[in-house]
Amino acid sequence: MLKFILRRFGSSFLVLLGASLLLYVLTINSGDPLKDLRESNADNREYLMDQRVAFMGLDEPWYVRYWEWLTGVGQCVIGQCDLGTNRSGQQVIDLLGLAASSTLRLVVLATVIAMVFGILIGILTAIRQYSGLDYAVTFLTFLFFSLPVFWAAVLLKEYLAIGFNDWLVNPDPGFSWPTIVVVGLVLGLALQAVLAGNARRRLFTFLGAFAFTCAVLPYMDWLNFARYPQLGPVVITLVGVSAAVGATVLGAGLKNRRVLYAGLVTAGLGLVAYYATYNLLWDPNWLIILILAVVAIGVAVLVGRLMGGYSKGAATVVTLFTAVIMGGLIIVEHLFRAWPSYLDAVGRPIATIGSQTPNFTGTFWEDFLDKGTQLLLPTILLALISLASYSRYTRASMLEVSQQDYIRTARAKGLNERQVILKHAFRNSLIPITTIMAFDFASLIGGAVITEQVFGWQGMGNLFRVGLEQVDPAPVMAFFLVTGTAAVLFNLLADILYAVLDPRIRV
Amino acid sequence: MTTPSNESGPSQQAVDMANLAEVEDAKLRQQTGTSYSQGQLVLRRFRNHKAAMASAVFLLLIFLVAFSSIGFAGIPGWWDKSYTAAGAVLDGGNPTLSVVPQWLGGEGLRWGEHPFGQDTTGKDYFALVMRGTQQSLIIALVVGVVSTVIGSVVGSIAGYFRGWIDSLLMRLTDLVIVIPLLVLAAVLGQMSSGLGAGILPLALVLGLVTWTSLARLVRGEVLSLREKEFVAASVAMGAKPGRVILRHLLPNTVGVIVVNATFAIAAAILLETSLSFLGFGVKPPDSSLGLLISQYQNAFTTRPWLFWWPGMIILGIALSVNFIGDGLRDAFDPRQGSRGKKKSSVAAVLGLRGREKALDRAATESPAGPGGLDVQSGGSGRLGSDDTPEGPLKRRRRDRNEEEDER
Repeated sequence: MLKFILRRFGSSFLVLLGASLLLYVLTINSGDPLKDLRESNADNREYLMDQRVAFMGLDEPWYVRYWEWLTGVGQCVIGQCDLGTNRSGQQVIDLLGLAASSTLRLVVLATVIAMVFGILIGILTAIRQYSGLDYAVTFLTFLFFSLPVFWAAVLLKEYLAIGFNDWLVNPDPGFSWPTIVVVGLVLGLALQAVLAGNARRRLFTFLGAFAFTCAVLPYMDWLNFARYPQLGPVVITLVGVSAAVGATVLGAGLKNRRVLYAGLVTAGLGLVAYYATYNLLWDPNWLIILILAVVAIGVAVLVGRLMGGYSKGAATVVTLFTAVIMGGLIIVEHLFRAWPSYLDAVGRPIATIGSQTPNFTGTFWEDFLDKGTQLLLPTILLALISLASYSRYTRASMLEVSQQDYIRTARAKGLNERQVILKHAFRNSLIPITTIMAFDFASLIGGAVITEQVFGWQGMGNLFRVGLEQVDPAPVMAFFLVTGTAAVLFNLLADILYAVLDPRIRV
Repeated sequence: MTTPSNESGPSQQAVDMANLAEVEDAKLRQQTGTSYSQGQLVLRRFRNHKAAMASAVFLLLIFLVAFSSIGFAGIPGWWDKSYTAAGAVLDGGNPTLSVVPQWLGGEGLRWGEHPFGQDTTGKDYFALVMRGTQQSLIIALVVGVVSTVIGSVVGSIAGYFRGWIDSLLMRLTDLVIVIPLLVLAAVLGQMSSGLGAGILPLALVLGLVTWTSLARLVRGEVLSLREKEFVAASVAMGAKPGRVILRHLLPNTVGVIVVNATFAIAAAILLETSLSFLGFGVKPPDSSLGLLISQYQNAFTTRPWLFWWPGMIILGIALSVNFIGDGLRDAFDPRQGSRGKKKSSVAAVLGLRGREKALDRAATESPAGPGGLDVQSGGSGRLGSDDTPEGPLKRRRRDRNEEEDER
């Protein structure tokens, strides 16, 4: 295995080296780096030109420039990175640090969301193959594949951000009845397609969802939820308990009482934690959040281990899931608490430009909200696009696995559908999915170029775009260094994961 | 060491596929009393794919309208306005096109002076959009040819000769893959736009960066095909490598090539619009759909038509190319034969038939179905590992096997 990894690493390194040379040569030949100065009428034109020639090393042949860049990168091994300077003499490594943090925030969040929902949708469509849901999702994936990203971004800005902001400024009519009915219809139709069953069961699902919407939306309106949102202990308890029950249904079956009780106890502890940490979380910092999260996970594992009995594993999974949900709810509650004051400070919350509101300072939660609302639109966009392909991968992989003999065996020996799908089919279908996702993550960083441009983020994509426009190789190569290295590393990771997950191909 | 799934997997699958295809052919022969060639069968299956046929008709219409309306390469068309000539802005540049009939309270079917409206300088927007559509279609054609030729040549040579030629060609492919697609295309696009020779250099450049996934797929196919008896027979009869590849190997991979070329085309169309949007593709005064959107993205609230038309046309073209690719895949893959029976009734499509029935069917009939292997990322116009459908899953296994074999 080690030999395989080393060999793979060696050949990847050579490929990376070759690609960097190719890109460097192409970039410096893509135009005239002095173009804007040649056309300018400034008095000190000659001086500016000389200065730029000195910064970029234009008086040297291309191989010398490439070699200088390469030796600078090579020093990263001893911890002294030097990625060169851009045309105005700024150190690219400093620019890259700032840019990478905002791009990574965007890409990681979008990828995680896309993975979770993509896998869920993929499983659902595979289970309900050839149903209306399957056809609808298939059509939507085709639509997302064919959607020009920049065009969709403008639509999102217009309808989601500006529309919501306008509504928030003047929410007087609240939800109108036509809106409520339409939302209810859509929700009902979607839910009955997901839950399926016979016609009667579908009808009840539909009616239930419709009635729920018609009751809750006016109630939220009455609470003025959009401006003063809150969850309160009742909703937190309800959601936490249903998370525990739902996780038990999927993970172990309701008959397994030990697991169910473990989940419920965790939900109860979560409610206790909500009151216990209320003052602590009034204006916390990241360290406190981190410590609390570790404590929550530790407690959840402990509860699962102690109460699980013979099904410790399943109980731990359920308690962990419940703990994560409860923790999320507590954070959401505090965010909701900060929402009105944030709204007063900013006015129009959903931003369409930039990665944070300029000159904004507030409490921890207000800052959190600010970053979050700025992330909202680009994340939705990136997530929707990768969600389409992930759901396709999952569906294809699930369908491939579910033809296998061991699935037939599992059904034949009398396992119920939950066990067949989650334990036998899904686990095995995860093998190719995991490797593909590791593979895709690297390319997503590159894919953020357009998203960043549309939403005016100062990220790595911007670094690349401006660098290329100015025929300035250093920023372009810095961008490539990150994406290329990520591609190689994640490729390697995918190979290793494949071997780890699939014992059949271990050496 | 090989994986268990590989020892039996592909060959078993191939046998199943062949059997299914034979059963289907036999049925068809019985019903109609005539026999069909492989090409005829593929064509039949494609014609039965409604979405693909509708897309093909739509694409043909767009093609005819785009090239006949404003003319091409100096030949005048039936539309009298030019995409370069500015004029007086009439009625705030509002579109005069109307499709709502009078009995519905509209203004009846009307084409008008400026059906798609005018831009801020009074240029006719219909002419501008048609010019952009022409560019996209030219891109589609050129990329289809260039990337298919490069991809199948590289893939078949690497797969047929193996050894150091294979290693060299595949590392070369990796070299192109490791640079994000958009980045490479942007750098090359920036270079080509400096030439000032219109869209063709850009189209060639896009062809030069989108061939990698096809090369990998063709190589995989050729690697398994070259072990077949008919190849051995033709080598024994003294056929030279060129003949074996051109006459025996490539015709057998035509399904993979055609399907992948379609997705590469869809990806390339979106890539060109993205590049033009970023400013590395088509530059003014020429027009491109991506460029139009980039120019007028801020005019959304005041002049929404400037934004809607180019976007809808990009979406329409890319969507129909993707659907055609889907139809072609179904047509070339005999396992799709039973699909027609599956979507039998409206009730079935609505899902009103119970899970058990579906499970029964899944257990008894051929299971892959329309979505069985239809993951695609190459057709997405996004960057990255553009492997087609079964690509990533299968390729990884295949690669792995070869790595093992080499030891």
